[in-house]
Amino acid sequence: MTAVLCRHFGLKHIEIAEDIASDTFLKASEHWAINGIPENPTAWLYTVAKNKMKDYFKRISVFEGKITNNVKSDFSIEENHFEFYEQIIADSQLAMIFAVCNPINTTESQIALALQILCGFSVEEIANAFISKTETIKKRLQRARNNLQNENFQLKLLSQFQIQSRLDTVLRTLYLLFNEGYFSKTNNDLIRKDLCSEATRLTLFLAENPLTDTPQTNALLALMCFQSSRLEARTDSRGEVILFDGQDRRLWDKSLIHRGNYYLVKATDGKETSKYHLEAGIAYWHTAQPDNNKWQHILELYNQLILVDYSPQLILNRIFAYSKVHGQKDALTEAKKLQLTESNYYHGLLGYLYADINIDQSIYHYTKAVKLTKSKAEKLTLIKEIERLSNEKSKERKG
Amino acid sequence: MIFQSSIQQTIKNIKMKEFALIFRLNDIQDFKPSPEQMQERMAWLASIVAQNKLVDKGNTLLPAPGSAKTVKPNNVVTDGPYTEIKEFVSGYVIVKAENIDEAVEIAKANPIFHQVGGNIEVREVLKRN
Repeated sequence: MTAVLCRHFGLKHIEIAEDIASDTFLKASEHWAINGIPENPTAWLYTVAKNKMKDYFKRISVFEGKITNNVKSDFSIEENHFEFYEQIIADSQLAMIFAVCNPINTTESQIALALQILCGFSVEEIANAFISKTETIKKRLQRARNNLQNENFQLKLLSQFQIQSRLDTVLRTLYLLFNEGYFSKTNNDLIRKDLCSEATRLTLFLAENPLTDTPQTNALLALMCFQSSRLEARTDSRGEVILFDGQDRRLWDKSLIHRGNYYLVKATDGKETSKYHLEAGIAYWHTAQPDNNKWQHILELYNQLILVDYSPQLILNRIFAYSKVHGQKDALTEAKKLQLTESNYYHGLLGYLYADINIDQSIYHYTKAVKLTKSKAEKLTLIKEIERLSNEKSKERKG
Repeated sequence: MIFQSSIQQTIKNIKMKEFALIFRLNDIQDFKPSPEQMQERMAWLASIVAQNKLVDKGNTLLPAPGSAKTVKPNNVVTDGPYTEIKEFVSGYVIVKAENIDEAVEIAKANPIFHQVGGNIEVREVLKRN
């Protein structure tokens, strides 16, 4: 909503647009609680928001001594063109992301700002996505907003060159948006399906536009389709995460898997193999029919991926795949070299690898992971594992 | 350490050969796949992509009148695909593999065999440059 308001009233007024957006939702929740949800809720929201915006400008112009008539006539033109169709909304959101990804700011700042303004990320969520401190992100966002406001630019049509040169950053933003929805580290709902579907919708829009229909866009879209296909099966009715082996395959969305296959093939031009291509390949194997060589294929993809995009998370995922191919003992040797002692994922992995080898070590590492993780759902899953192992241990003693 | 296996793999990739898989169908009626058949074929292609073995997703070659002609010696031109035999070429993809046996294994997994029959010719590609 902030994006649509900005499209009409200018990026200069971002903060006002945000305030108005939240006021509108607040009013909606009060009004709808008493009077029920209107027939066309989207239209209701936009009408209220638009009116609030007009009121705001009226007040400002009176305060500044400007002629009210001028302001009125400006907005009457907009009124006729204020449409709510989905196309415009997706368009505005994308236009906003592209506008915010202005090279006057650093890439990290661009992405942080897009996540905040467009996707409603909290500063903490952004800090997590970047593995940074909250203070750093706060300062970065403030600087970036100031730069944009000084530029004093409107959400106008970008040139073809601008769109293509900003595409990489935009794709990265959508990738982070999807990831946050899929893995949500700080939110209590482990999976925020709405973020995933937003990210997918916007990426689809990019794939359908000739200017941005690139191999990377299609690879990212394939990745999102594959991951989304398993969302229903990932949590049970109590909201606990079900690990892969325990998921009910029947709940996987087959049509999303088919679409994933389609975009994965479409993304192949024989020359380019981006990080999105490799991740999509890995996601493919997780949703494909059971195959004896699956983990071998996944390991090979991780081997290539860590050359392109090094991150502790990837290294750990690779070791998990390694353990499926070469066994837990060898994998442990690889894992212990990493010494990522402050990472909950590191301890979670070690806990898993030790499970059949040394229960005490396993429990030790899982316990550390519980202390380090910020995700409530993950805590629950880990605690369950610890309980299971403790029971195993006491059975051993008795036997 | 960890990167050793990645580098070994990259070297292995560079040494791979390319193979064209040429699809032939028996009957022009078999040419248009149903949506389910299309999904199966897409899944086959996707699995090759996910093994990083698809070089060229290739193309379908239309066999119908108006889209196919055969040119022979002495400027003889006939309508349709090469008609000495009933079979016709319907398309191709290019994969990479260590050797032809591996490429053959990839071809064996293609769903056209249980969908409409036909055959797949596997030919090693000799790169011109």
